[in-house]
Amino acid sequence: MSCCNCRKSDLSLVKAVLDKYAGVDGSLITILQHTQDIYGYLPVDVLYHIAEKIGSTPAKVMGVATFYSQFRLQPVGKYLIMLCQGTACHVNGSEKIEKAIVEELGISDGETTADGLFTLKNVACLGCCSISPVMMINDETYGSLTPDKTKEILRSLKEKEA
Amino acid sequence: MRIVVGQGSCGIAAGAAKVYSAIEKIVPETCELTITGCIGMCFLEPVVDVYDGNNLVKRLVKVQPSDAEKIIAFISGDENAVNDIEITDEDKDFLLKQTRIALRHCGIINPEKIEEYVADDGYKALEKVLKTMTPEEVIEEIKLSGLAGRGGAGFPTWFKWNAARQAQGDYKYLICNADEGDPGAFMDRAVIESDPHNLIEGMLIGAYAIGAKEAVVYVRAEYPLAIERLTNAIKEAEEKGYLGENILGSSFSCKMRIKAGAGAFVCGEETALIESLQGERGMPRLKPPFPAQSGYWYKPSNINNVETFANVSWIILNGGEAFSAMGTENSKGTKVFALTGKIKKGGLVEIPMGKTLRDVIFDIGGGIRNDARFKAVQMGGPSGGCIPEALLDTVIDYKALGATGAIMGSGGMVVMDETTCMVSMAQFFLDFTTKESCGKCVHCRIGTKRMLEILSRIVKGEGKDGDIELLEELCYSIKDGALCGLGQTAPNPVLTTIKYFRNEYEAHINEKKCPAKACSDLLSYRIDAEKCRGCTLCSKKCPVDAISGELKTAHSIDVSKCIKCGACYNTCKFNAVIME
Repeated sequence: MSCCNCRKSDLSLVKAVLDKYAGVDGSLITILQHTQDIYGYLPVDVLYHIAEKIGSTPAKVMGVATFYSQFRLQPVGKYLIMLCQGTACHVNGSEKIEKAIVEELGISDGETTADGLFTLKNVACLGCCSISPVMMINDETYGSLTPDKTKEILRSLKEKEA
Repeated sequence: MRIVVGQGSCGIAAGAAKVYSAIEKIVPETCELTITGCIGMCFLEPVVDVYDGNNLVKRLVKVQPSDAEKIIAFISGDENAVNDIEITDEDKDFLLKQTRIALRHCGIINPEKIEEYVADDGYKALEKVLKTMTPEEVIEEIKLSGLAGRGGAGFPTWFKWNAARQAQGDYKYLICNADEGDPGAFMDRAVIESDPHNLIEGMLIGAYAIGAKEAVVYVRAEYPLAIERLTNAIKEAEEKGYLGENILGSSFSCKMRIKAGAGAFVCGEETALIESLQGERGMPRLKPPFPAQSGYWYKPSNINNVETFANVSWIILNGGEAFSAMGTENSKGTKVFALTGKIKKGGLVEIPMGKTLRDVIFDIGGGIRNDARFKAVQMGGPSGGCIPEALLDTVIDYKALGATGAIMGSGGMVVMDETTCMVSMAQFFLDFTTKESCGKCVHCRIGTKRMLEILSRIVKGEGKDGDIELLEELCYSIKDGALCGLGQTAPNPVLTTIKYFRNEYEAHINEKKCPAKACSDLLSYRIDAEKCRGCTLCSKKCPVDAISGELKTAHSIDVSKCIKCGACYNTCKFNAVIME
């Protein structure tokens, strides 16, 4: 089974993951999580490869990959901004924070900046409601955000990369 | 002396890790520096405690890295060094007014050291169970306690355990639902991050009771710190013989592992969670058969929530009667709430059932931020509802809360003031459920979408006569036509807001006004010429150049250009911009 003509990813990168999990029933989500850690996203040709190795169909693998919000089929920027849209953040003005990010970076939900630095993703609750509104950039959580504070954080990351 | 820095996710986000490093650099060797989980006083984070032996000498709040020297001065004998960051008596009440069982170790012990858990009676309940009780006696004790599922449904725990115990099968599973997906809830995260061994112990007792040889914790992938600490705790427990083969020398063996979820609210539903554990899309199964008969890999399985398990070891040590002595006729023991929103003192609150919403929000939570007026409290997340001011004296009890149209839920309590529009709140939740519906049932998949469309029209000022009735009709058919809890409860936020705030819906539809002044499409801005000093600040801030006027003369807004962003309103120092 191969995927039309788009095979380009280095499949050897997932070999260790597949060696470990392909024979273990019910491991598809775990395999996809590791795969995403390796490539930064789930390349379609890798999904085909996984389907073949675990004895499943591309449709099923794709079904799982698109069902869960953690998985993405497109590469993301170096900094993944997860903006919390939970209830507490909503009540405390997450909309304004989103606006500030859009203004500062020129991207909206799901998009990546042209320089490949930032991706914005609206997410359900991050569980840090008491310091809402909150965003997580990669593994760091930023709380009690205001539009100005948000812009400052983004600018300091930009400067770091400049 | 021992310095303890609170390091839950919230604390770290508030800067606790930086505080820790600052102290670490200058702490003398004679003083121990360590961490703890979340004490639950999120409004005071980062929190640093100074202990002398087991005595808490000082609790310091909103600590900054620059306070490190003061703290070291204090432990070196300068008694007044930390006066300005010491917790106030009023804030101390936040904890003093609580009764902590599920959270009893949170913010006190180091979650990364099993020795501290063991020293605080940890694993004693497991020992008691394995050495002196039969599985049936354990189930009987839990029955006596009246413990009910803390994930939201409130189903008696003993009944589920008993069903799984009775089920025929050579291999059984015990599963912990830590897929805390309700926006606005973080109790389970706090328990796992702050007291992972309490969860493990509760699960092991459950596994012994039902006869499970394998236990799985299904944790949200969004909780990396919880996963890290639980992974470490499982390893520690294995090393110390609390997990694995022949636990504590008994014939009982049980292994435990973590499965990280991948982000799907519906996986909080137990059969969807099982599907997800099996590597499938998280779509609920038809019940019966119930998981007790046919669950994970179609074997007898029992699923409970984190907080439910967190109560178990206390019940075994103190007796079921001590637990059931707290609470009301229908609801026993304590419940943890995550108090957030427009509240002065947000955090984790554990109180006996039977207290009122007013007790939690005003007495413990200190009331509304900026002394604004309370409007509603949202309970139960997307499955729950908004409870208005008139019902603030409702007692915390599964039945009483259910009667309001909301639910106890998992414990999210989001407080709203008058600036929150209830129609937009309903729209917010429907937006959530529309995205999270797994798509299996037509009523849920399409019904929530139609409801969202109607609500979106209403908040834009395009509501029509009959919209409220149409919404209600859709609500009832989705409730009837959905297979699982997600669909059956998805209409609750709409039904409760219509029930208690119908006037707001009507104002949006008939007068095209948003009484809370929150729906931007229904607002207009103008400048009060008498108040305007002509400072030009607003015209400089306006992103679309809609404001004109000379310096020191009254300005005006060109309504045709205005995009209603509110920048002028937020900028004006003279309250001259009027929002209507």
